[in-house]
Amino acid sequence: MGARLLGHALRSQVSAALKEGRVTPTELCQRCLALIKSTKFLNAYITVTEETALKQAEESEKRRKRGQPLGILDGIPIAVKDNFNTAGIETTCASNMLKGYISPYNATVVQKLLDQGAVLLGKTNLDEFAMGSGSTDGVFGPVRNPWSYSKQYKEKSVPKSHSEDEEYNWVITGGSSGGSAAAVSSFTCFAALGSDTGGSTRNPAAHCGVVGLKPTYGLISRHGLIPLVNSMDVPGILTRCVDDAAVLLGSLAGHDPKDSTTIQDDFKPFELPDLPDVSKLSIGIPKEYHAPGLSSEILSLWSKAADLFKNAGAKVVEVSLPHTRYSIVCYHVLCTAEVASNMARFDGLEYGHRSDVKDSTESMYAATRREGFNDVVRGRILSGNYFLLKQNYEKYFVKAQKVRRLIANDFGKVFGSGVDILLTPTTLSDAVPYTEFIQEDNRTRSAQDDILTQAANMAGLPAINVPTALSERGLPVGLQFIGRSFQEKQLLTVAKWFEKQVQFPVIQLEEAERHDNGVFQHQKSASFS
Amino acid sequence: MAAVLAMVARGCGGVWRRLRQRCAVRPGSGPFPRGERAVACNARGGMMSAGKSGLTPWIPVVGLEIHAQISSNSKLFSGSQVQFAAPPNSLVSFFDASLPGTLPVLNRRCVEAAVMTGLALNCHINKKSLFDRKHYFYADLPAGYQITQQRVPIAVNGSLSYSLCIDNKMSQMVTKTVRIKQIQLEQDSGKSLHDDARSQTLVDLNRAGVGLMELVMEPDMCCGEEAAAAVRELQLILQTLGSSQAVMAEGQLRVDANVSVHHPGEPYGVRTEVKNINSIRFLAKAVDYEIQRQIEELGNGGTISNETRAFDSKLGCTVPMRDKEGKQDYRFMPEPNLPPLILYDAKSLPANMNHQQVINIDWIRERLPDLPSVKREKLVEQYGILPEHSFTLLNEDGLPEFFENVVKQTQMKPKKVIGWILNDLLSYLKQHSLTVKESPVSSFLLADLLNLLEKKEISSTAAKQVLAELWKGKGKTPLETVKEQKLELLQDQKELEQICQAVIDGQENEVMAIKAGNQKVLNKLIGLVQKKTQGRSNPVLVKQLLEKKLSE
Repeated sequence: MGARLLGHALRSQVSAALKEGRVTPTELCQRCLALIKSTKFLNAYITVTEETALKQAEESEKRRKRGQPLGILDGIPIAVKDNFNTAGIETTCASNMLKGYISPYNATVVQKLLDQGAVLLGKTNLDEFAMGSGSTDGVFGPVRNPWSYSKQYKEKSVPKSHSEDEEYNWVITGGSSGGSAAAVSSFTCFAALGSDTGGSTRNPAAHCGVVGLKPTYGLISRHGLIPLVNSMDVPGILTRCVDDAAVLLGSLAGHDPKDSTTIQDDFKPFELPDLPDVSKLSIGIPKEYHAPGLSSEILSLWSKAADLFKNAGAKVVEVSLPHTRYSIVCYHVLCTAEVASNMARFDGLEYGHRSDVKDSTESMYAATRREGFNDVVRGRILSGNYFLLKQNYEKYFVKAQKVRRLIANDFGKVFGSGVDILLTPTTLSDAVPYTEFIQEDNRTRSAQDDILTQAANMAGLPAINVPTALSERGLPVGLQFIGRSFQEKQLLTVAKWFEKQVQFPVIQLEEAERHDNGVFQHQKSASFS
Repeated sequence: MAAVLAMVARGCGGVWRRLRQRCAVRPGSGPFPRGERAVACNARGGMMSAGKSGLTPWIPVVGLEIHAQISSNSKLFSGSQVQFAAPPNSLVSFFDASLPGTLPVLNRRCVEAAVMTGLALNCHINKKSLFDRKHYFYADLPAGYQITQQRVPIAVNGSLSYSLCIDNKMSQMVTKTVRIKQIQLEQDSGKSLHDDARSQTLVDLNRAGVGLMELVMEPDMCCGEEAAAAVRELQLILQTLGSSQAVMAEGQLRVDANVSVHHPGEPYGVRTEVKNINSIRFLAKAVDYEIQRQIEELGNGGTISNETRAFDSKLGCTVPMRDKEGKQDYRFMPEPNLPPLILYDAKSLPANMNHQQVINIDWIRERLPDLPSVKREKLVEQYGILPEHSFTLLNEDGLPEFFENVVKQTQMKPKKVIGWILNDLLSYLKQHSLTVKESPVSSFLLADLLNLLEKKEISSTAAKQVLAELWKGKGKTPLETVKEQKLELLQDQKELEQICQAVIDGQENEVMAIKAGNQKVLNKLIGLVQKKTQGRSNPVLVKQLLEKKLSE
């Protein structure tokens, strides 16, 4: 295994190291905290909970010493997107509206992680209220993609003067769970929670070279996730490898009496086979995902991937999801309508920002909301309210719901025809530099970037990004698998097989390497700041 | 001088005519304060004197929207307790305060209450109903929307039968029916308290999220009295079911009235909505006032605007309410956090379903208690009391049971018992503002007393004296009281004969009159004997004795 640990998978190496006592939870936690500090420029974290994390690590250490760990996650450092409620820890949604807001309760998923001994390192950055696809539109500033600072990228990017390089060439993480993706990618934690409404977990996972799983809608509780679009939001899982995603899924999935949209059936955690077999599977290639703007690089990767399956004996068929092209407009209507509704609670009365304007209750509301929300949020509220007006409701909202049904039916037909898994690109291209990204507004960007991921949310299907290769520029590119509802095991099995085939390279990050050397030299790790 | 306009109606949907009567009313002396209009509704269905013919008749139309607070331990979508008059903001869960990330979880009890109510009101219960969000900004609505059932409510197409008396005579009752359009489940809002002095608004969220049933009654009523009778019957039904305590004064039953008037053969007029009605008596007043106001307004060439008006109980009139945000667009939207509410019946109940997780309509139907109308019929049938007596009995919580308990414990015929219950017990309780449960005389004591009367051990006059003693609640039995106050009937015939003789001897004129054939005067003599015996004589026996002596 060598000396490095932080860069490794949770299930295989790290848990074994913990179990065998080669590393203690406190050491692991300290290392991660030190790395968070030295990679602060990534802006991946909004809040780092150093003190509580160390306390949790200490508790874990005691349990492990007693030989009574709470499970595989006991002592594992994790990070949580800052739109999940965490009791006693600030939950901001990267918005002025909730800056300083300390929730009195834990989201169900957070509680589950803590109950299993995970160590919460902090809350990760995002687009304000998860509205965006770059992790550039939060009140705490943009997240930088760790790959911007990797040896792989630096070698390939056109050399300018060194300082300019760093300032102008850094690429975005994608979003909106960019902080979580960057945190996992830069080795500051072993797994992170994101949320996925239109691709917010899979998109940054693709750009940051990590696994991003969006489970089936209803499999994981949304209680405590500050909603974007209730009917599409799913807590997302970001990990280094597919096996780890399965571990996290197993620890999070299942009915929650606090979320009526979770399914009642028992969820049985599963392990993935070591040697997955895909030879009996039928892999569908939806032709509509050959979308305008798809980079030739990704197109060729996609087709190579299809060949891999073919060569392994799987049946690979072209399929059609004809209504996919309506997905973006449909999503726009449904998303903004729910946003308008969900954001109505932020009036400055019960919690969050309250304006000093006090002329009347109404003027206080107006000023609070103007000061608290950014343009993106306010823009969506405005359009959403327009679509919900009595005279527009049928024309927009009802129609969009019908289209959503058609999109879902498309998937149903394809899966009904015997296809097991769909293989598609996750993004149109690799990550673009920040300076380029902000040339377009949030709405245009979101519309472009969600195009390949959104339909799975419309249909509630499980989907996963698997890091596949590096682009010519030395940046990660991922492919997406979409499975049948609640067939996560099959989906992850296929993803694991694929992961093994492609052997995605490890990020070569100076900071991480500095911190990760000599895991067994106990004293050294804490000395970095 | 005030002009009092009396309205007459032709039952439901009847034709009203303006009937001008000039009569002198001293300011403040009449039954209504000055300027208030008396409106009478003739429920018999016949046309009363319509005054000058040729005046255009008006048909008033009244519909009701009723919010009944569901009687449950916890709120509709959260585990917070429901309690009246708790300290402000002491019953507020994270969900009630709309903390971000919280989700609604439907309270089974509230659904059952709505199903019970729907069944009791002959509704069709929708096996699949949906929840919607209704948006508006208001300080006591923390989420900025209310979760309600706008598109597919839990129950639809029901009816409510109610009775009211004609010309205020209890003996002439008619039964009418109002259609129930729908029953929907929804959240209550919190309460805003405006502190004008410090120009601030304080918000109490204890009530926020409490379960409500909104019942929409079709405009099948035509006057305040009908509306009041319908609501009273509904109140009794809800209380019988236990689905709501339905106490108007505590806001558990809130009634808004939609009122319009139109000419026969023409479409319905523009309606106004009257709010702020907090008793059944005020409901009748508010509706009648509003009908009259609209008729006058239109008669004077004015128009009615579609507005919300508030009933001012002190002035007895309705006044326009300040509109909150102009014309509201509630931007309804499906509630995405609640799956459709699915109910089952015996047929559709899946075999493998956990019974804790499903609601079976048939199961609830089989367990419905007797509704007030059935209870009344049973009382009339079983005890031979008059229908109007059954209404009076049912109107008081616990009174039918009290009556039945007395009947069980006494030899007295129910027909006689009912007199004691309604004339003596009830009037005493009313005078002292007591509920039946608070009565100082239990059904056992009253039965005991009536037994003494029935066994002719005391006279009815004496019985009333005993009862007066029993009200004091000193813990004595009727028999002890009778003994103490020497109220037993004179059993000694000789003594009674002597008293009769003494009365005859002292009343020469009366005796002569009786002998001359004026039998009525005999009653005076009986009265005198009663007086002398302090009510302890049996009047029948006294009469016999006197007659015997006078014919001697």
